[in-house]
Amino acid sequence: MTTRSGKHLAVLGAGVMGVGITTTALAHGLPVVLVDVDRAALDRARTEVAHQLRHAALMGAAPADRAPGEVVTTTSVRDAAGAVAVVEAVTERLDAKVGALGAVADVVDPGTPLITNTSGIPVDVLADAVPRPGELVGAHFMNPAYLIDLVEVVRGPRTADDAVARLEALLGSLGRRAVVVRDSPGFVTSRLLHPLLNDAARLVGEGVATAEQVDDLMRGCLGHRTGPLRTADLIGLDNLVDSLAALHERTGVESYRPGEALLEKVRQGHLGRKSGRGFYDYGESRS
Amino acid sequence: MNDESQAVVVADQPATAEPVEQALLEFLRTRLKTEVDPAQDLFGSGLVSSLFAMELVVHLEQSFGIAVVGRDLRLDNFRSVRSMSALVHRLQDVAGGG
Repeated sequence: MTTRSGKHLAVLGAGVMGVGITTTALAHGLPVVLVDVDRAALDRARTEVAHQLRHAALMGAAPADRAPGEVVTTTSVRDAAGAVAVVEAVTERLDAKVGALGAVADVVDPGTPLITNTSGIPVDVLADAVPRPGELVGAHFMNPAYLIDLVEVVRGPRTADDAVARLEALLGSLGRRAVVVRDSPGFVTSRLLHPLLNDAARLVGEGVATAEQVDDLMRGCLGHRTGPLRTADLIGLDNLVDSLAALHERTGVESYRPGEALLEKVRQGHLGRKSGRGFYDYGESRS
Repeated sequence: MNDESQAVVVADQPATAEPVEQALLEFLRTRLKTEVDPAQDLFGSGLVSSLFAMELVVHLEQSFGIAVVGRDLRLDNFRSVRSMSALVHRLQDVAGGG
């Protein structure tokens, strides 16, 4: 499938990250084919993308002189054919990522960069899922992707120079900067941030401090922009638990084991901002 | 100016400065759980995140029947209760042909 406006970016997964990355591309005039197995998720994504494009404009994060790109939503991965690059942003589970990457590798042209937006699964583990491992490169976008202009790029041991160069060029065209790091569980950002969020949740669970107090101290004393528990809510507490569990499994480091305070929130369905409630109550907020 | 003529003036302007400001102050009090001053820089003071800024846009549109688009969709218009109130009045005036 080609969009009316020409070459497109294919994004796999219409969850929080896939939608944010789609908005980033559209805001910079790059058309997107957004693929998800769930039609309802794609319908929600259309609404959310429109909202995020306005948010990007509000924050001065969308070039004012460029018309937004067009988005096509589809449940068929075959519609990714002809893409300039693929961003895989499905659920942070190895089986889901392996399935999506393997399927899309069969429909795009050889040489097309396959970019996995994983927050912690080593790129080299995922490289086994694709026929040409040199095309696979990691790009850990932060949330909200359309507002944060720095991306952690991960070069796996089998990643080709060309794939890294193409990804950097793509990010440059989207107004993003890249910091390229070597492959490792959790890379740099998740490896440092996620145990901090785990401990922040633990402090609240133990009654040492409220979520507001923890965030206030981290912002006011240590210069954090958002505070760990608001950050955890933004990431999604279920995603955070999954990421921590994977880090624990891959490294054996005990501080990565998801704490009871986080697990209890997830059991209650309090998943953070996306569900309206996590460590904070977001009411009817959808932004 | 007697009471009757004042009432006419109010009716011509669907939202005077005071009610708009008061409604916004009440909304912020509920959502932020703190008192804010009408002239306070909500972003500079760290009270409001970029995500909440977008919530303010939607709230203004739904509460006052306006559409914030194009060049009006910029952070400076939402920086304080006073600047939001000015935006509401300007857009209501445009919509009303005034």
